[in-house]
Amino acid sequence: MLHIAVCIKQVPDSREMRIDPKTNTLIRQGAPAIVNYFDLRGLEAALQLKDEFGARVTVLTMGPPSADKAIKECIAMGADEGILVSDRGFAGADTLATSYVVGQTIDKAGEVWGPVDLVFCGKQTIDGDTGQVGPGVACRLDYEQLTYVEKVESFDPNTREIVVHRHLEDGVERVQAKLPALITALAEMNKPRRASLPGVLRAARYQPIVWTTNDFTDLDRSKIGLRGSPTVVGRSWVPEQKPVNTKILTGDTVNQVAEDLFTALFATELPGKLGWVQEG
Amino acid sequence: MAEEKKSRPAVGLQPEGDVDWSQYRGILVVVEQRDGVAKKVSWQLLGEARRMADKLQAPLMALVLGHQVGHLVKEAFAYGADQVFLSDAPILQDYRTRSYSRVCLQVIREYKPEIVLIGATYTGRDLAGAIATHVPTGLTADCTQLDVDENRLLNATRPAFSEKMVATILCKQFKPQMATARPGVFAALPRDDARSGQVIEIPPQIEESEIGTRVLEFIQERQGINLEDAEVIVAGGRGVGSPEGFRLLQELADVLGGVVGATRPVVEAGWIGHEHQVGQTGSTVRPKLYIAAGISGAVQHVVGMQHSDYIVAINKDPEAPIFSGAHYGIVGDLFEVIPALITAAKARKTTHVS
Ligand SMILES: Cc1cc2nc3c(=O)[nH]c(=O)nc-3n(C[C@H](O)[C@H](O)[C@H](O)COP(=O)(O)OP(=O)(O)OC[C@H]3O[C@@H](n4cnc5c(N)ncnc54)[C@H](O)[C@@H]3O)c2cc1C
Repeated sequence: MLHIAVCIKQVPDSREMRIDPKTNTLIRQGAPAIVNYFDLRGLEAALQLKDEFGARVTVLTMGPPSADKAIKECIAMGADEGILVSDRGFAGADTLATSYVVGQTIDKAGEVWGPVDLVFCGKQTIDGDTGQVGPGVACRLDYEQLTYVEKVESFDPNTREIVVHRHLEDGVERVQAKLPALITALAEMNKPRRASLPGVLRAARYQPIVWTTNDFTDLDRSKIGLRGSPTVVGRSWVPEQKPVNTKILTGDTVNQVAEDLFTALFATELPGKLGWVQEG
Repeated sequence: MAEEKKSRPAVGLQPEGDVDWSQYRGILVVVEQRDGVAKKVSWQLLGEARRMADKLQAPLMALVLGHQVGHLVKEAFAYGADQVFLSDAPILQDYRTRSYSRVCLQVIREYKPEIVLIGATYTGRDLAGAIATHVPTGLTADCTQLDVDENRLLNATRPAFSEKMVATILCKQFKPQMATARPGVFAALPRDDARSGQVIEIPPQIEESEIGTRVLEFIQERQGINLEDAEVIVAGGRGVGSPEGFRLLQELADVLGGVVGATRPVVEAGWIGHEHQVGQTGSTVRPKLYIAAGISGAVQHVVGMQHSDYIVAINKDPEAPIFSGAHYGIVGDLFEVIPALITAAKARKTTHVS
């Protein structure tokens, strides 16, 4: 059977994240945790392939023990199995170390349930925003890399070929790839389904499979966690918010207000930069 | 049903044997192109890299790759490169991760730049992620500031946590230090066609049989909507009310020589396509003028447009948060305000004349 792995991350809901005004650091505590927006698209795409062709869908995440909630959410939507890779040794990983551990996890999942044919990731996380883990994992596994995918056009289980639409700045690219492949999902790809009742019931009882560093047979410890991360944060700060002096335009009529706005805009450097010309 | 596991290329953090990092010198910029036309961000990166290369007293290199792209070599010199690598072959006709990353790795391994910069476009991010994993080295995404310090370290600065913070990322132990940088952040140098330098040809060491992907076709976007490069954006939110409402915004955008942006709920409602979405899960834009109509100003929207030069907010709710970050605010019904703006704009010939 087709084996699809979906990489997810539990992220803080950014609406709830605040900056501590005293220490100038981020208060993550209390921010409710959600499954990364784009990862759910990856899961939905995997489930759609499962509906059509039959597949085993394995969800995996590297994160703290509390990320089991995210796994359960995916089980409720229809994933078959969920793996939580959790260990203090993995903490502090940058994208290079993360992609190493995720790659190892996919290999190990392949040993347990059969080789992974297709991997879905979100195009990026909403807290890290790098979009580097997907390509990193594809590279580690030596899978075909299909990033920024907005549509899975077709899949042929016999030839093992998939056709996807990659969304680029200036258009859409139709690409055909031979499995195994890794796809990173854009928001456009689909609308994630709601959990079904049987799914919710299953999720309530479901215990995610937890793998620690000791569960991997040939894990290179120099490549994980902080030690395996070539990048470090030199300095971080809260950008100074340029206070904006908002000018509320009030006029007797909307036409007057519109005139006032353009008079104000024409007094700036905008017309020069935009090639606007004043009449008369 | 998967094929047998084939042996994989060694990808590891530890470089083989003792590496003499001091051999790594100079900055390499990878030039992105489609159909022989370079992306602006490539020349912008060369401009910024020129300044850093001078500070490091090291050469600035550019890598031009593709098929029938030889003419870009001259442009790369004109925009600041000292040395240009050219890899021109039919196998590079379309961008594909395997072939393009292979050529980049050939250049990195042989010519050992201390810094590699790539535009943070979709293609650039796809490529950079693959290269950094293969090298292996550290990569910082989507930088908005770049500099080098007295230890020759690249200071790669980027927004973090939905732009609530800014962080400078360093890669101290590995070379090359890699970063992708956003389009529109840096300025290209004025083109100087008198500049020239050494051209080194790089024959791609890859066979078609090693590549499992094929680009079937490229469909140019219908209206060519490109939010990231837009200088004027007229954006609408739920207040616009319907898909028809967006035609009104389009009309204003046309008069101003701009494009239409949108908030997430209206995209999800199907009033307008996803490619129009601005914000945390859409595009990050920095136009010269951003007009927000019927948008409340949720943080997830604001992080995507707060760096616009001028922001005009139109909302019937005087308490809407969008006003606090706007330079000009109009409290009123957008269905009255926008038509008035169209009339006023037409009267002034605001349409881009160039
Ligand atoms: C993880 C996550 C990611 C997100 N990412 C994004 C993102 O990328 N981009 C994004 O935009 N949102 C994003 N959101 C959603 C965001 O939180 C807000 O819900 C959204 O931006 C609100 O859209 P809106 O302003 O169109 O709608 P509303 O908040 O409903 O605001 C509508 C506004 O229109 C005004 N209005 C109504 N009628 C009129 C009229 N006739 N004339 C003038 N004004 C009128 C109202 O006063 C109101 O202020 C995200 C949310 C989450 C949780």
